[in-house]
Amino acid sequence: MEVTPLPGIGVRKDFALRNGRRVGVVTHRDGQIELILSKSDDPDACLAELPLTAEEASALANLLGAPQLVAQLNEEHRDLPGIHTRQIPVLENSPYDGRTLGDTALRTRTSVSVVAVMRAGQAHPSPTPDFTLTAGDLLVTVGTSEGLDNAVKILKNG
Amino acid sequence: MDHTALELIELGAVFFGLGLLGRLGGRIGLSPIPLYLVGGLCFGTGGIFPLGDIGEFTSLASEVGVVLLLLLLGLEYSAAELMTGLKRSWMGGLLDIVLNAAPGVAVALILGWGPVGAMVMGGVTYISSSGIVAKVLSDLGRLGNRETPVVLSILVFEDLVMAVYLPILTALLIGVTFIGGLEAVGISLAVIAVVLLVALRWGRYVSAVVDSPDREVFLLKVLGAALLVAGLASALQVSAAVGAFLLGIAISGSTAHNATRLLEPLRDLFAAVFFVVFGLNTDPRTIPPVLGWAVVLAVATALTKIATGWWAARRQGIGKLGRARAGAALIARGEFSIVIAGLAVSYAAVPEQLAALATAYVLIMAILGPIAAKFVEPVARALQRRSAPAPAPTAGN
Repeated sequence: MEVTPLPGIGVRKDFALRNGRRVGVVTHRDGQIELILSKSDDPDACLAELPLTAEEASALANLLGAPQLVAQLNEEHRDLPGIHTRQIPVLENSPYDGRTLGDTALRTRTSVSVVAVMRAGQAHPSPTPDFTLTAGDLLVTVGTSEGLDNAVKILKNG
Repeated sequence: MDHTALELIELGAVFFGLGLLGRLGGRIGLSPIPLYLVGGLCFGTGGIFPLGDIGEFTSLASEVGVVLLLLLLGLEYSAAELMTGLKRSWMGGLLDIVLNAAPGVAVALILGWGPVGAMVMGGVTYISSSGIVAKVLSDLGRLGNRETPVVLSILVFEDLVMAVYLPILTALLIGVTFIGGLEAVGISLAVIAVVLLVALRWGRYVSAVVDSPDREVFLLKVLGAALLVAGLASALQVSAAVGAFLLGIAISGSTAHNATRLLEPLRDLFAAVFFVVFGLNTDPRTIPPVLGWAVVLAVATALTKIATGWWAARRQGIGKLGRARAGAALIARGEFSIVIAGLAVSYAAVPEQLAALATAYVLIMAILGPIAAKFVEPVARALQRRSAPAPAPTAGN
């Protein structure tokens, strides 16, 4: 990871991918974030500078971060047949937006365990019942297929 | 009509006219600076519609405009950024001075304006417009490019050079002796060193003095402090603008960001007045005779800026296209060239043609700069293809 100060503007943080292209963000001093990706034929220039809001950036971070965690957990549970790991989103209109994990009573109702909550690309491992959920969170859950299906419904409809 | 009514009407007409010009400029993607200058030329002596009654207000307002321009420039950079900029780009910075001041100096000497005139024109052709350059880089989506830090650190270096150059110029313009000039330079260098030290070590205390959670109080304190420091600097003959610039550097962190946000509209207003006043004081009839020289300077200094950017970017291992982009991005001249010319004109130590030449030159460069920055890439690609048709560019993915 390369951190380059941009005097008067902010900071550029980027790194080179295996194919030689650079990907990263420019963080403006007022907090505005731009996603950058270098051109394939000119590694000095950028293909695009996408301005992202804080919500958009954290949604993107979740998309990139959660599958790794799920894949890793699946790998660890391979020896236990019938146990699955799945990521369940807390949607915009979910009844649990703004309420605690304890309120969902997922464990009692579906026997599903919430092993982590992904928020803004960061994993909050082993959340306690008083962990407050907000729309955009991804719950990384472990359980049986049936239990997980029920958990999805509960988080969607209450 | 009584005097106050006439003044208000004239002032209102000027601002409204500038607003319309600015909107026009925004439509065609132009920096408003050349338009303000044109506006000033139209209203001023020998122009289409001379204004006479608001001189007192506008001359003070234009002074405030210079102070705010430099204060916000100082706020833009923290002392730490200035130091790293200085360390990283001093070689490119020195090349920048030599290459870009030389054409201005040469033309001034050819026109017989003497050493002071040469010093002024050297400054006018040397300094890029950090306002225009930063806006162009962000508009063209080049903030993430690898050559951009090179461009920005050259701008930082130029701004530090201004802090040394302006006091020297002020001393020369007043016509002090060689010893007196050295004294002014010595004072300003010492002051700059002290301010940088204070800003690096105790910047938060300076910030604490002006900071306030209340917007109104904060605005008054920052503006008051800037004018006080500028006035004191002016009394010490260090140049008011440099005083404001140094204050801007000393204010740091979140205080600097808040001050920038608060002062930006004021800066835009007073700086607009400054450009208009400069245009007002320039008789448009003096421009055609120097237009040829302005074009010569424009071509020469566009090429020397490209060379500067090319060289500085190559040192950082940037590819050819990036070097061309870095060079072209630096072409734009603007507010600071006019600040330098305005300072010279205010001391009446230079011929009237100098103001005309500076105006014409900045008009050309402020328009040419963004255009060059935009079209340098296709042009450079075309040139590359023509000069080396055989090896196809290897795709990175």
